[in-house]
Amino acid sequence: MHDASGYAGIYTTHDEPRWYEMDSLIFVSGLTETEAILGDDEKFINDTVNAAKRLQPNFIALTGSPIPMVIGTDFPALAREIELATGIMTFGFDTTGMNSYISGVGLAFAELAKRVCQEPTTKSDQLAINLLGVTPLDFSINDTVASMEKVLQDQGLKIQSNWAMGGSFADIKTASAAQVNLVVSAGGLPAAKILQKRFGIPYVIGTPYGAAFTTKIVNAIKQAAATGENQLVCPPQGNAKTVIVGESVNRLSLANAIYDATGEAATVLCPVDSAPELLTDGCISAVDEDELKPYFAEATTIIADPLYQPICPDTARFIPVPHEGFSGRVYHGSMPNLVTGFENLLMKINNETKKG
Amino acid sequence: MLRNIRTDTKQISVPVSQAEFPEPFPIGLEYSAPARGHWTIAHVALSLPEAHIIYVCPQGCLRGVVLTAAELNVSQRFSTIEVGEENVLEGDMEDQVIDGVGHILEELPYTPPAVLVFTSCIHQFLGIDLNMIYSTLRQQHPGIQFTDCYMNPIMRKGNWNPDQKMRRQLFTLLKPAPLDQHSVNIVGNDFPLDRTSDLYRLLNDNHYTVREVATSRNYAEYQKMATSAVAITTRYPAEAAGKLLQTKYGQKYLHLPFSYDYAEIIANLQKLSAELGITYQPDPNAITATDQALAAAQQVIGDTPIAIDYTFSTKALGLARLLLDRGFNVTDVYVDEFDKEDQADLAALKASAPNLTLHPTIDVGMRIAPRQSSEKLLALGQKAAYFNGSPYFVNIVEGAGWYGFDGIQRMAKLMIEAYNEPKDIESVIQVKGLGWGCGCI
Repeated sequence: MHDASGYAGIYTTHDEPRWYEMDSLIFVSGLTETEAILGDDEKFINDTVNAAKRLQPNFIALTGSPIPMVIGTDFPALAREIELATGIMTFGFDTTGMNSYISGVGLAFAELAKRVCQEPTTKSDQLAINLLGVTPLDFSINDTVASMEKVLQDQGLKIQSNWAMGGSFADIKTASAAQVNLVVSAGGLPAAKILQKRFGIPYVIGTPYGAAFTTKIVNAIKQAAATGENQLVCPPQGNAKTVIVGESVNRLSLANAIYDATGEAATVLCPVDSAPELLTDGCISAVDEDELKPYFAEATTIIADPLYQPICPDTARFIPVPHEGFSGRVYHGSMPNLVTGFENLLMKINNETKKG
Repeated sequence: MLRNIRTDTKQISVPVSQAEFPEPFPIGLEYSAPARGHWTIAHVALSLPEAHIIYVCPQGCLRGVVLTAAELNVSQRFSTIEVGEENVLEGDMEDQVIDGVGHILEELPYTPPAVLVFTSCIHQFLGIDLNMIYSTLRQQHPGIQFTDCYMNPIMRKGNWNPDQKMRRQLFTLLKPAPLDQHSVNIVGNDFPLDRTSDLYRLLNDNHYTVREVATSRNYAEYQKMATSAVAITTRYPAEAAGKLLQTKYGQKYLHLPFSYDYAEIIANLQKLSAELGITYQPDPNAITATDQALAAAQQVIGDTPIAIDYTFSTKALGLARLLLDRGFNVTDVYVDEFDKEDQADLAALKASAPNLTLHPTIDVGMRIAPRQSSEKLLALGQKAAYFNGSPYFVNIVEGAGWYGFDGIQRMAKLMIEAYNEPKDIESVIQVKGLGWGCGCI
């Protein structure tokens, strides 16, 4: 991260909950005022080359922050220099620190899809999928990912690769052996589009929450495999009385899972970046307090991270669903596994509704 | 092409005899260990009672401070204004701050007495007119005091880094008042000075009122710090705050650095006494008690290796020197840079303990360095515990509220406790802002 070091405490505390036990090679450049004013990229390049020689990573990713944006740092060019100097695949991302994690995740997975995935030698015999958009910011470290893989495996699917929690770099290299990509958060969508372009792999958008909705996803995967057509199984379910706040794919899936289980629809309010095709009347971009409040004022039930509760009106029932991408580790103790714990959430909704 | 020779010889350990001042290790890409007990500028700002905090930063920078406030359960005292690309391109960043602060104040259910408005690196680089922003805010909201604060880590190598500047800005809100010759400020520390410490007792025994931000229960009590005739700092990063109190409020500024050196402790207390015109004689009982406390700890801990890190105390080298002198087996010190107050201790250790091993904490090699000790090791500080995988550690940051002989005695007791009672490293060291508190809560 080409940054003055202000970001170091953020990812070590909140963005990478595996930081303590997993030796992720994430570092900051410690950009100083003098280097920024003089446009001195040499120290960043040399330090990165030096670190790469010592650590021998599979790849190097350079990411930007506000000051490199202001001074016009050319990250793709720096990446080329570093790749030439080290012989290690290097990516340069013009991130600015001014967008949500979804945009950065999308850029990162897209590069993996472009440069790391290799031509398939053979397709998997079993119906195999890649899970795209699996990040600790979306699924935390409470076994949601393992649960998600299990419910899909239980339905006869093979997990070819998981982008990118718990899998390996080698898995991603062979991702093109899958027949279908399952996009479980918006961060996975750019990679899905590239993999479709490169290898003709269709994608399905949806996160497997709840038995009924999971069956829908599995059926859509089979259909995609058979037809080669993409499938969106989490269409918007507009209902201003119930709002769910969160990342678009994840929360649209939750809204659909609730609808399939109860017949009750909900509107998703998305405060982070999303693919334009997912934003509709039932999935609305609402980023800050002023944009969210009018929707909250209309709602009778609000399902959101607890950090939103202070701006929710007393007239609405508030059902807290912590989300790592919003509150980091603050509510780790009550972070739900919505794959295995979907029924608990339903009970909570029903109980709250009765109370109301 | 010029070669950056500073990055040619990375290493993760060096004997103190070969350590250079002020950087014993080349600094390249930086690793951040998961020990989070040290305070950040957000913790320092939030320690000011009743003040409202507003951060104006890009989204990526806001996340950390927002969640710091949430973890401390003080989100109601904290607001943000997000700088987006459109603000940078449209050049409306002054208006954004002024209008954004106004909007936040309209929405707040109460009127805070003071608002600390933090701007960030991007405001500095785009040449934003901060004077105009703050003067406009003061005109538009005459019932509220505003001060300028800075979350600009890009200045951390500057004369005043963001930490030093934050500790200074905390006192810019004081309203000048007549000085009370029997009030003394202790400024720039995270923790309140221990009431049993030599410094506090000297002041208290001579009927001085000791004022600190950390013990101010409300904004009015904080304002009384303007009446103190003397301002004392005990840590190097607080010097800018002390100088401000001298130049702006006419307070006599004394820097009485925290020390593990008996002679320096006595000299500091003598200096204070001379300034206040009070009598001080070194207390032989305190010195004896300190010797006994260290001896008792040494008897329990014996030759067990001891590692110290810089987050434990601003005087990590001074601590190593004291413990080595008292027969402890200090083997490792974790420190990335020295400051001017380390120079004497560094020189002394080069002569007396040339094989004492220094390690960086931020070097990339520390990410993959083995984090376990082959034998029982006592760690003084969270990072020393983490890098050695030692559950036997004293969980203190920034020297707690220790000062003088009393502080050394307290430390010796905690060393015995830590030696005997293992802690869960992972859960303990990841708590952010260890011991944070605000008098208004």
